[in-house]
Amino acid sequence: MMVYIMCFILFMVGLYGVLTRRNLIKIVIGFSIMEFSCFLFLALIGYIENGLAPILKEGMKNPVYVDPLPQAMVLTAIVIGLATTAMLLAIAIRIYKKYGTFDIRKVNELKG
Amino acid sequence: MELTPALYIIVPLLGAFLIPVIGHFVKGFQKVLTVLITLFLVVYNIWFFVTGFDAPVVTKVGGWEAVNDVPIAIYLVYDGLSAFILLTICLIAFLSAFYAVGYIKRFTAENNFYALLCLMIAGMNGVVLSGDIFNIYVFLEIAVIASYALVAFGTEKQELEASFKYQVLGGIASILILFAVALLYWQTQTLNLADISVILQEGTQTTALIFTEVLLIVGFGLKAAMIPFHAWLPDAHSSAPSPISAMLSGVLIKAVGIYALLRLFFNIFVITYEVSLVITILGALSMVVGVLLAIGQWDLKRLLAYHSISQMGYVIIGVGIGMLIIQRDGNMTIAALAIAGGLFHMINHALFKGLLFLDAGAIEFMAGTRNLRNLGGLARYMPVTSSTSLGASMAISGIPPFNGFFSKLLIIIAAVRGEFYLLAALAVFVNFVTLGSFMKFMRYAFYNSDKSKAKLKTDRLPFTMKFSMITMVILCVLMSLMIIPYFREIMLTPAVDVLVNTSEYATKLIGL
Repeated sequence: MMVYIMCFILFMVGLYGVLTRRNLIKIVIGFSIMEFSCFLFLALIGYIENGLAPILKEGMKNPVYVDPLPQAMVLTAIVIGLATTAMLLAIAIRIYKKYGTFDIRKVNELKG
Repeated sequence: MELTPALYIIVPLLGAFLIPVIGHFVKGFQKVLTVLITLFLVVYNIWFFVTGFDAPVVTKVGGWEAVNDVPIAIYLVYDGLSAFILLTICLIAFLSAFYAVGYIKRFTAENNFYALLCLMIAGMNGVVLSGDIFNIYVFLEIAVIASYALVAFGTEKQELEASFKYQVLGGIASILILFAVALLYWQTQTLNLADISVILQEGTQTTALIFTEVLLIVGFGLKAAMIPFHAWLPDAHSSAPSPISAMLSGVLIKAVGIYALLRLFFNIFVITYEVSLVITILGALSMVVGVLLAIGQWDLKRLLAYHSISQMGYVIIGVGIGMLIIQRDGNMTIAALAIAGGLFHMINHALFKGLLFLDAGAIEFMAGTRNLRNLGGLARYMPVTSSTSLGASMAISGIPPFNGFFSKLLIIIAAVRGEFYLLAALAVFVNFVTLGSFMKFMRYAFYNSDKSKAKLKTDRLPFTMKFSMITMVILCVLMSLMIIPYFREIMLTPAVDVLVNTSEYATKLIGL
């Protein structure tokens, strides 16, 4: 149970970062933390105490395997997360070139 | 000819990979290929509407057969609802791509534009066809990451800011959806939608399940820009290049937002009173607040973007009324009427809002500005744009014989017959405010005193832009024909049947 709570705390840390930081790069970092807490949760739901890696070998008697499907999902989600982070950072760099700052209080052309 | 749902994903994906490679060497390759791909998808889709097909058509990716009725492969499901939304996506994609051929000349890096457009189409088609909840997430990310890049395509100050805002909010939505997928897998030990549905119909409503539903409503609500999750939409939709605005407003918020909500809450979860009430209230809020926010806008595309929120509210209350009636176990014909109104308004909104964004693009192309205060008297110089805008404005504000009138009428009749009088009154009220708002648009852009004569950048529009605009206004009138039973039974009724018969989706798929 403790690990799930820690996972949720990690999510909240990331959300706090996204909501309160004023620096674009720090927002991206907070965003990544949120993302990884979610990946951690996915990996945790497939975990079984004392489980083995799901590889079938000869001579095993009633082996207990961890669920491999969430692991496959996490790998896919990490790749997608990479694309999202790369896109965010690319836009942040372009914003820096245009505005000369990473401060979101100065990046406010759009209103209404 | 046999229907292969996978083609809807493979063809645009192949295009997205070929365009940067071959387009680099062959001039004009990217335009021709994108237009051909989207045209092929439209024809392919209409062909199956006309000849008819046995719904649902299922492709098992990887070829794994079900063992003891437990599905193993990733399913691609093509049923009435998917077919209806796929037609919307492909139609708007074709017209936008054809429009872009003339419009996008002023940007550099045309290859990237068309490649991203193809990627976005592939992602949306994937969301609509997927029968596996994790794959919905994957395709959704393909579509929205392409759209993040397309919003920032102009790389000016405003575009970059809008794209960053869109990415942060869209990213949070994606994380919440992934979290919900994880929770669903934890509760049901399966990812297949039909399988999840069977397990959830038997089980009871646990706290974890309610939490999952809340996460899904927030996640997909952010993607669909319902109020109060709308903050990114006006920025993103007004900053993108016009053909992309038409795609974003016309189909992206529907395919990744509304469609996913419909599929999950009608066919997968057991419909509960609370969820249907929340969805209806969110829809009513979007409808009213969206239009009130639109009144004060002077930026043309921003005004249209706020109207998108408001019109999506109509779709959501139509569907929400249907959900409430099904849950109450009331009259199924009224529920079907409300849902038909919602879905009909969805394709209508795709057409007229797409057309309005294309018109806004044409105005920007000629006059170089989209501030309504600096425009005026354009009707004399742009006869095609002004007449198509007039048609689209009449369609969006519900004036017969345009399509918007009939879909709004269906929703209001269903609301009255289902005894939701407040919603019916609100729908009528919002319609009048919309009419006023579009009278302002028409007057300031086209009929006011002649201020823009000296400032016109070019004097004629490219042919491709005119063609798309005229086709769309003709379709706006033709869509009214869907009210006639013959056409309705071809297109609308199969889609409504999928939603009204909530558990049929699972029972049809599970034995295959």
